[in-house]
Amino acid sequence: MTGRGIVLLALCGALLLAAPMIADRYVLSVLTTVLWFAYVGQAWNVMMGFSGLLSLGHALYVGLGAYASAALFVHFGIGPWAGMWVAMLAATAAGCFIGFLGFRFGVRGVHFALLTIAFAEVARIGFDHLQWFGGSGGFFIPVAGDAGNDLLNLRGSPELFYYVILALVLAALALSRVLLHSRLGYQWLAVREEPEAAEAVGVDLFRARIAAVAVSSALTALGGVFQAFYFNNLFPEQVFSMGRSIEIILPAIVGGIGTLIGPILGAFILTPLGELLTYLIEVTGFDLPGLKQLFYGVALVVIVVYRPDGVWPWLADRLGLVRRPGEDA
Amino acid sequence: MPFDYYLNIAASGLLTGLVYGLAALGLSVIFGVVRVVNFAHGEMMVAGMYGAVLLASLLGLDPILAAPVVAAVLFAFGWVLQRGLVNRFVERPEHMQFILLLGIATIILNAMLMLFGPDSRNVMVPYSFDTVEIGPLLLDAVRLRAGAGAIVVTVALFAFFRFSRTGKAIRACADNPLGARVVGLNIDGLYALTFGIGAGVVGIAGALMTLLVDSRPQLAPEYTLLSFIIVIVGGLGSLPGALLGGMLIGFSEAMAGFLLDPSLKSLFSYGVLIVVLLLRPQGLLGKRS
Repeated sequence: MTGRGIVLLALCGALLLAAPMIADRYVLSVLTTVLWFAYVGQAWNVMMGFSGLLSLGHALYVGLGAYASAALFVHFGIGPWAGMWVAMLAATAAGCFIGFLGFRFGVRGVHFALLTIAFAEVARIGFDHLQWFGGSGGFFIPVAGDAGNDLLNLRGSPELFYYVILALVLAALALSRVLLHSRLGYQWLAVREEPEAAEAVGVDLFRARIAAVAVSSALTALGGVFQAFYFNNLFPEQVFSMGRSIEIILPAIVGGIGTLIGPILGAFILTPLGELLTYLIEVTGFDLPGLKQLFYGVALVVIVVYRPDGVWPWLADRLGLVRRPGEDA
Repeated sequence: MPFDYYLNIAASGLLTGLVYGLAALGLSVIFGVVRVVNFAHGEMMVAGMYGAVLLASLLGLDPILAAPVVAAVLFAFGWVLQRGLVNRFVERPEHMQFILLLGIATIILNAMLMLFGPDSRNVMVPYSFDTVEIGPLLLDAVRLRAGAGAIVVTVALFAFFRFSRTGKAIRACADNPLGARVVGLNIDGLYALTFGIGAGVVGIAGALMTLLVDSRPQLAPEYTLLSFIIVIVGGLGSLPGALLGGMLIGFSEAMAGFLLDPSLKSLFSYGVLIVVLLLRPQGLLGKRS
């Protein structure tokens, strides 16, 4: 990154840290949503962006994380800081199982994507019928009321949740950066670009891919834990839906797959765009079901046709935020 | 007589499965030739359903007679889509094709939601409640006709690819795009034609489907996934495989709905998919690449 890029990034970071002091409740809730999508987009990016594994079923890991932590809290009184380990374990186990099935049997590309959808759908239908998790009627975490901020049990004000998700986003960003410049990260890039060549120089394809799925699913599960305690309710039809899986992957695609900032930028474009559309529809009174989603579809097509690598690489280049390849440091 | 029960359920499942198979055939044709996964397939199918619903309510047309009209409209749509947008994505990575078609699917789905609303629409035909007795079987007339329609279209499609010059040219494209270009075939034109055929076929499947279920926009993503499952189970690019896969899925859905719980029926389809992906990733009738 150039000096200008670092300054701009620091400025954005400072603004986000100060946001709860400036913003009202509505803006804060929108920002929390933005950061949530930035976070899970970042997690998905580890699989697709770094290792070239297209997962269309990431709602599965969100849902497993959410349900595991929520059930531990409600049924046994185990708080989220302990429950999140179980949540991560459950999601990682599911991810590794899917990965094991797929990579062992040479299930690639479209087929692998379909396998991930299939498991998310199986989970959706399964959780619909599991009464211990509330079934299709939903699973609820009691709302704390005005007991004040309790970081230990993740009960409290919107500001508390905002800072928790902001911390998660920054941690995921740092982790992604470290991973990308580690031995494993370079293996992932090699596997993404040329699996055969990577194998020829001694990269264990299976291990590298499983590692990517494990990291990605564990991170995504934390997003699920946050979601469970932020919204206090879980419905299989929403949590595990195919639509949710697609919402998760959009920020990274719009921002730029395989980049560190891409998923964050994408979330900052998409969620406010959605809010703006809702607002416009309300103001003009031109309310038709599906109009907002229709516009999303159009935006998606326009972006993939005109900015196929995402907005971030183009923006960064335009504003001189990153060094162009070949330029000296 | 419980055995007759099972036989009846199985037979009606297989007939529904023929229509599923026809829908999947459209997907298989597109993927086999253009190498693009049509993620808007279910949306096109439901568009076909609404086409038949419209023709029935405006002109009182039987869905079976509406099918050719619907097919023509969807053929044109598919042709234009391939020419205008998808063609420039043929060489791009899979995930970009996926995103493009996902965007298109979202547009079609929500356009239908805006035009027709979220409520179910059904088509009434004079034989809606008739049944036909064949030996021990007691079958719905609608289901028999839908199944027969699916078979007719499938046979016509086979004949087209097997015997016509254009059909052979398309198969040449599928086998070896570069070779086909070298011998002077117009690849882009054939791709557009193929996408049109795939869209037309799924449109017919949609029109026939109106005989069996009520039309709702929300069906679209379900049908997309169902078509995928069938194509993968049957074998990507294999036309008989798609039909076989459709019948297998129709059968297992009907059995699961009868033996367990109707809400669990799609769980069975996913179960079949997972088993096939594990034991025979190339699909039942697919060739190993």
